[in-house]
Amino acid sequence: MRLRLVRRDTASRMAMIAAPVAALVLSCLASLILFALLGKPAGAALYALLLKPFLTWYSFSEVLLKMTPLLLIAQGLAIGFRANVFNIGAEGQFIIGAICASALPVWYPDGAVPMMLPAMIVAGALGGMAYALIAAVLRTRFGASEILVTLMMSLIAVQILNYLLLGPWKDPRGFNFPQSVMFPGNALLPILLPGTRTTIAFAFALIASALAYLMMQHHFRGYQLRTAGLAPRAAGYAGFNAPGMVLLSLALGGLAAGLAGASEVAGPLGQLQRSVSSGYGYAAIIVAYLGGLNPIGIVASSFLISVIYIGGDSATVSAALPVAAVEVFQGFLLVFYLLTFTSIRYRIEVASPQGSGAR
Amino acid sequence: MTSQAPALLRLSGVSKRYGAVQANSGIDLAVLAGSIHAVLGENGAGKSTLMKMIYGVEQPDEGQILWNGAQVQMTRPSDAQALGIGMVFQHFSLFETLSVVQNVALMVPGKQADLAAKIKVLGEQFGLTVDPGAMVHRLSVGERQRVEIIRCLLLEPKLLILDEPTSVLPPQSVRLLFATLRSLQEKGMAILFISHKLDEIRELCDEATVLRGGRVTGRVDPRQHSAADLAKLMIGHEMPKLDAAKTRAAGEVCLSISGLSHRPKTRFGTALQSINLDLRAGQIVGIAGISGNGQQELAALISGEALSERAEMITLMGQKVGRMGPAQRRALGFAFVPEERLGRGAVPEMSLADNSLLTAHRLGMLRGGFIRRAAERAFTKDCIAEFDVRTPGPEAEAGAMSGGNLQKFIIGREIMLNPKVMLVSQPTWGVDVGAAAAIRRRLLQLRDQGAALLVISEELEELFEICDILHVLRAGQLSAPLQAANTTAQDIGAHMIGAQA
Repeated sequence: MRLRLVRRDTASRMAMIAAPVAALVLSCLASLILFALLGKPAGAALYALLLKPFLTWYSFSEVLLKMTPLLLIAQGLAIGFRANVFNIGAEGQFIIGAICASALPVWYPDGAVPMMLPAMIVAGALGGMAYALIAAVLRTRFGASEILVTLMMSLIAVQILNYLLLGPWKDPRGFNFPQSVMFPGNALLPILLPGTRTTIAFAFALIASALAYLMMQHHFRGYQLRTAGLAPRAAGYAGFNAPGMVLLSLALGGLAAGLAGASEVAGPLGQLQRSVSSGYGYAAIIVAYLGGLNPIGIVASSFLISVIYIGGDSATVSAALPVAAVEVFQGFLLVFYLLTFTSIRYRIEVASPQGSGAR
Repeated sequence: MTSQAPALLRLSGVSKRYGAVQANSGIDLAVLAGSIHAVLGENGAGKSTLMKMIYGVEQPDEGQILWNGAQVQMTRPSDAQALGIGMVFQHFSLFETLSVVQNVALMVPGKQADLAAKIKVLGEQFGLTVDPGAMVHRLSVGERQRVEIIRCLLLEPKLLILDEPTSVLPPQSVRLLFATLRSLQEKGMAILFISHKLDEIRELCDEATVLRGGRVTGRVDPRQHSAADLAKLMIGHEMPKLDAAKTRAAGEVCLSISGLSHRPKTRFGTALQSINLDLRAGQIVGIAGISGNGQQELAALISGEALSERAEMITLMGQKVGRMGPAQRRALGFAFVPEERLGRGAVPEMSLADNSLLTAHRLGMLRGGFIRRAAERAFTKDCIAEFDVRTPGPEAEAGAMSGGNLQKFIIGREIMLNPKVMLVSQPTWGVDVGAAAAIRRRLLQLRDQGAALLVISEELEELFEICDILHVLRAGQLSAPLQAANTTAQDIGAHMIGAQA
């Protein structure tokens, strides 16, 4: 007996929404068992992980803070993923964006530059975009895989960051720590929610989500990108510009990542640090797929992942969970999501030997 | 039909269902030793399913299969082969990178040297000459089919099943195949011949079982019935008639190809050599020939999906377009129906409405780059109504439609663009008889409105039905134009196998 997957004719809209919810429930059940096996207070751990972030205004605002870069980057990446352009190097574009945005405050630590903040934001976004476009040019000119190029360029970006922070951009009064000077006040983003660290970058991320939704669902450019992803030969047949779509995908991905990088240094960090990213560029890939590459879904998935980040921090303290257990929970989430998603798009069929479903 | 001896193969009450589709229901069939038995039916009538059950690929849900009067259960093709059943599939299962004898050795036990000798002997005996050492990718389609038949014969079958064996052959090769089959029949072998080509069945077979909608609708001696009678059994009504082609003065040249040569990108592509062709307004020009002789390369070069070496190699509406992409050519009034519907002519995962957008977005479906859903829907509804596309509506996914319906949609969409020049590649591949007639009628209408059409097809009958001028594409070379009215199928066939005078 052999089992095989057969694509369902239609997947209902209800099921598309039910899948992530089911994945969340299954992940909770599985982690309850796992935490119990570890001899930890399973209920308390789950409470800390999923509910505590909602209990105080401050912890909730921390969720939104964490969500900002994830949402921005994931929206940019999802556009490319829909077009089968796999930008894996948002991490590098994020770092380059942070570096470009930091240049002005590092050079003028007294803040004596007009329009300092807007210039930083633009510099960060354009920097990230330019960095991603290197991969786009290599792909369209020489056929180099953008997956490998963007991934490896992330490693280069990390080294550029190290060089700057250990050398020319090191804060002379920073006790030899590898970090830049603290930015002046006019280089920092305004706070969106009073009394918290959440800046207006969160509003940028929501606006970017709305724009992504408009483009992907209602604009011809988004239609072309989706066509290129679903059926590249149909895009060629219709005469859609294939290199142009690679350039656009990577440009938007890099732009969003660069903007996120700029928002971090001009936001909660207030300076350029080696740990500027803490893996947002990679986590955003998971966020994009968890959201079904759909702009609205990504808003939900970035929120969920951020809750788990913040809840995970408190669970490691209050329930003495190992940090790895939080990562395992994220792993559960992705695995169960893939399972439930597959089961709504496909059904399992028992195949007769050598059988084929052809009519 | 009764006889003293039990039939070699007998099916009684065999049914098979795939999900919602009843592919076969209550099929009775008896094949006598030494007979050539036709199974006749339209595309989708259930012929292939029936053969899969006889060959052990699928198992019937109900009913029995009897071999020499004894009931048998076959769960895989090797069971069928052990009984003495051999099958030649419509789409060949040969490895192109291996030689003939290596391909044979994959299925038939024995040393390669012995097998090579046997291939030669069988070849001489039955008119199936083929070089055992030749690489398969160098063989013509007819030769590949011979390899398939020889491979079956080496297993010494008592019953040989051939699935649409002539659909890929030029007329001369069909003659050779029939001679081979008759000499096999004289040796006492039974042959099941699956086809939808009525004249061939009347010429070759001594019994015919007709299928329609998964049921047997007739058991006849095809030699005693006219093609029209058989067609009626097969499709349930009279064959639809085409209006006689009106001959009209051809207009100016809309598409001109001159000295077009092209080197293939892959080993298995076909190089095109110095192709010349003129297409005039109000004219249908056909390109005959077996697929794989440069058809796909030529279509891509004309559509702009592949670029020519020099711009002047292709002229469209007076402009040199050889280096232009598909969008620019379409802007000049070009439309194209490719041979692959899913994934090229249409996006399977998208709705019909979104598939309209693929090429018809120029017709006011965009405002400032944003999609006007109302215009998109209206166009799609018109296309569905106008071209008799059977579908629940514009929201239906393209991938869920039958081949014939999707083809009607794609052809409808391209015709609704009001093209001045339209290229249609294999217009009725895998399309049932009724839809095929409708498609041809629309192509003739478009011509009568003054458009210029270029049709690439393997179906000679189709080309003779609609074309004014015919070319033959063989091994990357295009023949001189032939007036369809003064040309016979034999002439075209001679070009197809490279035996023209």
